[in-house]
Amino acid sequence: MVDVYRAISDETRRLLLDVLLQRDEQTLFELCSTLSMRHGLTLTRQAVTQHLDVLEQAGLVRSERRGRYRVHTIDTTPLAQIAERWPQRGSRP
Amino acid sequence: MKLQTVSIFVDDQQRALDFYTSALGFEVAADVPLGEHRWLTIVDPDRPDGTQISLEPKAHPAVPPFVDALVADGIPYCVLGVEDAQAEYERLLALGITFTMPPTDVGPVIVAVFDDTCGNLIQLAQNTM
Repeated sequence: MVDVYRAISDETRRLLLDVLLQRDEQTLFELCSTLSMRHGLTLTRQAVTQHLDVLEQAGLVRSERRGRYRVHTIDTTPLAQIAERWPQRGSRP
Repeated sequence: MKLQTVSIFVDDQQRALDFYTSALGFEVAADVPLGEHRWLTIVDPDRPDGTQISLEPKAHPAVPPFVDALVADGIPYCVLGVEDAQAEYERLLALGITFTMPPTDVGPVIVAVFDDTCGNLIQLAQNTM
């Protein structure tokens, strides 16, 4: 199990979350295309898969089958634990 | 030398022929009985001397795992050029075709990826430069 802190410690993984937040349910091909063409990141597919695995272990991304292909969906719920651990001063009793 | 024919592997030759002709607008270039299967190629009617696509049966045991692995990761098998990716997207959606990637501007090209209903993902590409 990878915690959310490690998962979001990497710029590429943060970017993957940004990309999925813009449009959910993307295939590996689509994520790789966006990273390379829009953001100039020339990562191998294997590298992107490894980043997605880390995000998935932290519960921030889920991979689901849609018939013959797999899509990745974002789930930002685990990020709430950051705000729970360090709430803004004065915002909580 | 010229690129004469490229192959794509299909679940079912007849179903593939129906899809590639009626939905995508290709025409039959060759249809020759070959035992259990057919030598079946299609071509762009505007370029009858252009590159043909052979709709190949998945007869070899190595083919299904190879093709399925590409599809699982959303990787298109080949690219078809279009004038207007958005218009083709809407036209094919109306025919009930599934897209794994809607038209997306990735810089020099707008790309989209759809399911050809016979086991492949195909990319549409509109050059914008």
